[in-house]
Amino acid sequence: MNTAIHLREIRDKDRNRVGGKGFALAIAARNRMNVPDAVVVSTEAYSNYVAATGLRERILLELNRKSFNEMRWEEMWDASLRIRNMFLNTPIPTQLSARLSDSVDKRFSGKAVVVRSSAPGEDSAKASFAGLHESYVNVRGTEAILEHIRLVWASLWSDAALLYRQELGLDVARSTMAVVVQEILVGEQSGVAFGKDPNDESQAVIEAVHGLNQGLVDGTVEPDRWTLDRRTGRVISHIPAHRDKAIVASTEGVRLEPLPPLKVGTPPLNKEEIAKVYDLVLVAERLFGRPQDVEWTFRGESLYVLQSRPITTMVTSESRDKRSWYLSLRRSFDNLRALRAKIEKELIPTMTEEAARLSDQDLTVLSDWELVEEIKKRSTIHRKWVDVYWSDFIPFAHGARLFGQVYNDTVRPTDPYEFMDLLGATEMTSMERNRMLEKLASIIRENPQLAEILIGDKRTIAAATGNDEFDLLLNEFIDRFGDLFHGMAQSTQQRSAIIRVLLEMASRPHTPKQTEPKDVEALKNTFLSHFQGEQRVEADELLDLGRTSYRLRDDDNIYLGRIEGQMLAAVEEGRRRIKNRARVDTDRLDVEDLIQALKDPDYVPKKTVSPETAKTDFRTKARQLVGQPAGPGIARGKARVILSPADIFAFKAGEVLVCDAVDPTMTFVVPLSAGIVERRGGMLIHGAIIAREYGLPCVTGVPDATSLIRTGAELTIDGYLGIVVLGE
Amino acid sequence: MKTTAHLNKALRELLRTQQLAVLATQGGGQPYGSLVAFVATDDLKHLLFATTRATRKYANLLTESRVAIVVDNRSNRDSDFHEALAVTVMGKAQEVKGSERDRLIELYLSKHPYLEEFVMAPTCALLRVTVDRYYMVSRFQNVMELHVEQ
Repeated sequence: MNTAIHLREIRDKDRNRVGGKGFALAIAARNRMNVPDAVVVSTEAYSNYVAATGLRERILLELNRKSFNEMRWEEMWDASLRIRNMFLNTPIPTQLSARLSDSVDKRFSGKAVVVRSSAPGEDSAKASFAGLHESYVNVRGTEAILEHIRLVWASLWSDAALLYRQELGLDVARSTMAVVVQEILVGEQSGVAFGKDPNDESQAVIEAVHGLNQGLVDGTVEPDRWTLDRRTGRVISHIPAHRDKAIVASTEGVRLEPLPPLKVGTPPLNKEEIAKVYDLVLVAERLFGRPQDVEWTFRGESLYVLQSRPITTMVTSESRDKRSWYLSLRRSFDNLRALRAKIEKELIPTMTEEAARLSDQDLTVLSDWELVEEIKKRSTIHRKWVDVYWSDFIPFAHGARLFGQVYNDTVRPTDPYEFMDLLGATEMTSMERNRMLEKLASIIRENPQLAEILIGDKRTIAAATGNDEFDLLLNEFIDRFGDLFHGMAQSTQQRSAIIRVLLEMASRPHTPKQTEPKDVEALKNTFLSHFQGEQRVEADELLDLGRTSYRLRDDDNIYLGRIEGQMLAAVEEGRRRIKNRARVDTDRLDVEDLIQALKDPDYVPKKTVSPETAKTDFRTKARQLVGQPAGPGIARGKARVILSPADIFAFKAGEVLVCDAVDPTMTFVVPLSAGIVERRGGMLIHGAIIAREYGLPCVTGVPDATSLIRTGAELTIDGYLGIVVLGE
Repeated sequence: MKTTAHLNKALRELLRTQQLAVLATQGGGQPYGSLVAFVATDDLKHLLFATTRATRKYANLLTESRVAIVVDNRSNRDSDFHEALAVTVMGKAQEVKGSERDRLIELYLSKHPYLEEFVMAPTCALLRVTVDRYYMVSRFQNVMELHVEQ
């Protein structure tokens, strides 16, 4: 078995075992282009590793828990994280590791290298997608290099690769990965060049930055951009960058640094250098037979090719294919830092203000026509914030993922989600709300008289019960969180709905939360102990960013819920007004119909048709359903399936919450519940976060959960394995 | 419901393609397992198998007609853990006789033509299992129950 082959020893027959990048570099070297010295770890090494360690079967089991068609991107990310952790925790078998060490030692003893993925077939234009697999810059020392080879192997199963599995022909049984270990060239200027602009075939494009091109590739450093005439090389346009920083090599890895003033004012390339890069892409095109996407760097006068691959365009129709958007969620630390400032300083204050302004308005004094305008206005406002939610809040949630990855890389925990315990030690708005509910319940618990008043007074809850502490606190609660209850029940029922939940809570003893705070401090110290000096400061900052991201993942739902609540309040007012008109089933009216009915007293709403269910001879019942283990523990209880928002008010203590997706309007029953089952999958979703906070067993990503499970069914939740069993 | 249609199809396919099933009977509280060649009726409400009357399974069935049957498509490889589909059938077995037997033997032999001599022997009994429910296990741990309305 040829596990590591030097560039100069690569022959045409080795094409598949050295992968696309490795083969292209070998061809370039053979044709006397400047390429950094490199060794390619062959695909046989990967195959040997996954076969000998049993990893191949574990990957198979992980990826076959559920059909890909039923997986959300978040679930693919989770699966990918678990697989990555398997690679992190599975050492390379001694014999293979000895051979690899030998080759690496011989070639690079002590030198820094770049460890790049080189997937077979990626040199054919069809299967070449940039950025699906990982590469690591400035890795030093045999042990570190071997570890990064494993990480590159793991990236064969990255979330991005899983998204593009069909195009890649990804197949656990057959897919392999070669790895290029390349001497690092610390260039003064670097960049990429496209022999042919995908948007204009008559042009070529060069992008360049000062320093290493890592920053350009991941979007942290903005490049200068030149457009050239493809035939003559004449510069057509130059768009200078706002140059302020550069990626430079540091002792371990790379670092972002401010650019010295002299370089800020100078484009990375002069005229001669532009011409040299242009020549280089032409030579590459001639060599490989089609236009190339070349990564290059200048060291002194010499221009080096770091990698070359055919140009591909990912043609995706925006509406049908969300994958490129998912990939854009993978943000850098700097990008997330900026996003955090925007969210905390701008978006959330504006949102809170807007919700408060809307709630101050008295809807009952509006005429029908004015109300129509108000409903439209509020719908527009709501839609605007939903857009913000997708464009800013969801990408920011990636902060928790970024932290998770760094945590797993440094700490190597057996539980790939241990990092959530560290992130979870933060205050969330919903936790505060739940604490207030618990306080109210405890007042009822201690005052049997108060309980009697509340029970007897269910229909018309008086504003005052005579218990001042309770009345004050309840009013404060409704002031702060009452708007979340809009649209779930009529506003007049709001108060009684809250009281019903309080009575339910009071009917059983208070059980304090089970998470142990002592762990968190220890986890934090262990994590930080892996870093020193400047890096430690950064790690601390990353943790803080991760915590904010984690907390916001929960809170943003609540802020958005408030805006939605205001929109629904206007809709509710409209429904109330036309309810008195005969024969109109207002609960089923959609907003469009409602607006029509408000405008025109004679309007007859369209009939709503309920879909017919197919007839079969067999009555199908689920016995055991598999999802993702999202909160450890085991629990039994009767199911309470939430199909419409009002269902939540019937929730009884000790039941299992079964829903499509836990939203913030449901979380107040979580302290009452025995466990959570959710159709939507993922570890960083609302339900999983809340369940982990309360130490409740939780299974997410159960396909068809709300149709396969009926309210009242006896459930056993296995939160260790992610299994839900129905029946005795 | 999509799930139901999908399950029915998978079940039909499995019962059509598998030749053998594990039959569980019991005698005096002692469970007893044996391999039988089977066929399912078109409506999947019945399974047929044949046995000579001197066998332990036949003796067991005379006193306890309730049976369990396992049909699966495992291939004795690691991949079975995520690929194999297994079905546990619960039901009651009854011997069929007379014209009914002639009709059902035709169905049985359409799947197992090489068993003609065996089935036609006077000592051989044809048994029909009336299915009460199917338990389908897929992807290692997913279990669905299909209740058959007879």
